Amino acid sequence: MTSAIAPAPSGATPEGGSGRAATVEFVHVTKHFDSGARWSGTPGALNDLSLKVPAGRICVIVGPSGCGKTTSLKMVNRLIEPTSGQVLLDGVDIESRDVIDLRRSIGYVIQQTGLFPHQTVIENVAAVPRLLGWPAAKRSARSEELLALVGLDPAAYGTRYPAQLSGGERQRVGVARALAADPPIMLMDEPFGAVDPLVRERLQQEFLRLQRDLAKTILFVTHDVDEAIRLGDQVAVLERGGRLAQVGTPEEVLANPASDFVARFVGADRGLKRLSLVRVGQLRLREPATARVGEPATSVRDKVTGAFPYVLVVDDDGRPIGCADPDQLTGDGSVTASGLVPASPVLTPDTTLRDALSMLLTAQALAGVVVDAAGRATGVLTIDEIGDWFRMEAGRLRAGPSGTGMPAVG
Amino acid sequence: MRDKPLLDWAWVFDHLDDIGGRSLQHLQLALLAVAAGLAISMAVGIIVARRPRVAAVVIGVSGILYTIPSIAAFAALVPITGLSTLTALIPLTAYTQLILIRNIVAGLTGVAPEVLETADAMGYTPRARLLRIELPLAIPLIVAGLRVASVSTIGLVTVAAIIGDNFGGLGVFINDGLRNFFPTAVYVGAVMSVLLAVLVDVAFVLLERVATPWSRLPATVVETGGA
Ligand SMILES: Nc1ncnc2c1ncn2[C@@H]1O[C@H](COP(=O)(O)OP(=O)(O)O)[C@@H](O)[C@H]1O
Ligand SMILES: [Mg+2]
Repeated sequence: MTSAIAPAPSGATPEGGSGRAATVEFVHVTKHFDSGARWSGTPGALNDLSLKVPAGRICVIVGPSGCGKTTSLKMVNRLIEPTSGQVLLDGVDIESRDVIDLRRSIGYVIQQTGLFPHQTVIENVAAVPRLLGWPAAKRSARSEELLALVGLDPAAYGTRYPAQLSGGERQRVGVARALAADPPIMLMDEPFGAVDPLVRERLQQEFLRLQRDLAKTILFVTHDVDEAIRLGDQVAVLERGGRLAQVGTPEEVLANPASDFVARFVGADRGLKRLSLVRVGQLRLREPATARVGEPATSVRDKVTGAFPYVLVVDDDGRPIGCADPDQLTGDGSVTASGLVPASPVLTPDTTLRDALSMLLTAQALAGVVVDAAGRATGVLTIDEIGDWFRMEAGRLRAGPSGTGMPAVG
Repeated sequence: MRDKPLLDWAWVFDHLDDIGGRSLQHLQLALLAVAAGLAISMAVGIIVARRPRVAAVVIGVSGILYTIPSIAAFAALVPITGLSTLTALIPLTAYTQLILIRNIVAGLTGVAPEVLETADAMGYTPRARLLRIELPLAIPLIVAGLRVASVSTIGLVTVAAIIGDNFGGLGVFINDGLRNFFPTAVYVGAVMSVLLAVLVDVAFVLLERVATPWSRLPATVVETGGA
């Protein structure tokens, strides 16, 4: 019996995530498919790959087509054996493990799903539990639990066949099936590559939400840089010939590409991509000068500072109504709700800096108002502040790796 | 003596028991041959399915078997196996091999590679993969082969009547009818043989419907953007 079915320790999430995860480590792994290649000097599918994925983290392996991503993934469950080098799980060479046991303890999700066409959704999800000899009642209970977890109503979907599902639904079933025996490791090969962009984005978000609870060690393959950045705790960039070009956090790879290849691969818009990693709520926001309708104009004028030269007029609950030019708050009158410039764009703490910048440019505004969940104004964000963030980050990254960076072994 | 009518209904009604008995014998012999043929072709098909070159040779050989004239095959076996059921069974079984092996190999090799890959990746043993994934997915093609093999075997059983009255099923009526210039017997033999073939074919179609509920699904699913 494999460790994959050990009972979840107390404190486990209701979804069945046991919190167990394993480190995955590639140690000088090389693979030549053509046995003559070693001697002729042609590049292999993988060339001396050394990479360590910490337990419970998502490592995204990204690179152009044919660079060895799939090959590296299939070495972890021994669908492909290395020509030389080792793959270690929790420090143990997988060569020493029984291959069937090993595979039953590793989830596997691929783009084409590989769902069994002759089995219902419930049966598909229960495939590994069945191999492990779980009793039928426990299997179907687990199947239904997992379907609900991936957002499919077991009553509506359980008895369908894969041919009766949409592409996105099939991928959800594929993920549920891979999670069935609560494996500590998941291998995912372009799992969202075949669905349309809207569905993909939703699946990505739900995938991250799931991972927050389950905390599996996940090796995720994609050729899409944006997906890699969005999903990875760690991004490993492979280049043709199966060479590891760079490994680091998405932030590190975008800010300091290790080579021209990486810089070209992540794209000229890597600055904007970095902005998509940061949310407005992570910045220390400037508090604007605010005023309520009816306040005397003179007192308000004095609150205005240089960076945001307006007065934000709010209602009694603190919700923004509009912006007033202090020069037009004449003499001894009081602040009125008329003649205000609309307070747009409105940002939330969850807005990414990239979206915020885009909204500012679109609205041709120098600043946007940030509101909390209740709609109360909590601050303003200016285009200049986005530039300041870049300068600060540059200093931080120069001062040394952040500590979350996960350099290659060897 | 007046001309015999094309169909002598009185003879038919007099011989209902005989017709029923011979139909049953006919069916038994044909199904026995198909069952034996299925057992052999399954074993062969499973062994050669992952070896394309061996499969080509095996299918070539079964194709050659198929070209042996049936009358000659039955007659040639009499000196060896005598007037036994085996003499009828061996050629009938041999003739099923071409279509059955071809369809079993096609069924097994037709399973989508990603399905096999995920089965391996999930930790299916080769045996579990064969029994629970590959064979079930090959059922539609295997049944298609069984239908053709059964229909043609039911036709061929009539020829086995040349070995003797005990082996030809409805073919005995045809032989007797030809020998005695009695068309009614010929018609009864032929019509009943066709009827058996149709019945068996329908039975297989129903069997497949039940065994593969997944293979005839309406293609109504569209991407909704919801999932
Ligand atoms: N089974 C195989 N036999 C021979 N060459 C292979 C095999 N699998 C992959 N390759 C080769 O290895 C290289 C890497 O393949 P792969 O890992 O599938 O790339 P990726 O997933 O990054 O697109 C490619 O050049 C591919 O042609
Ligand atoms: Mg690939």
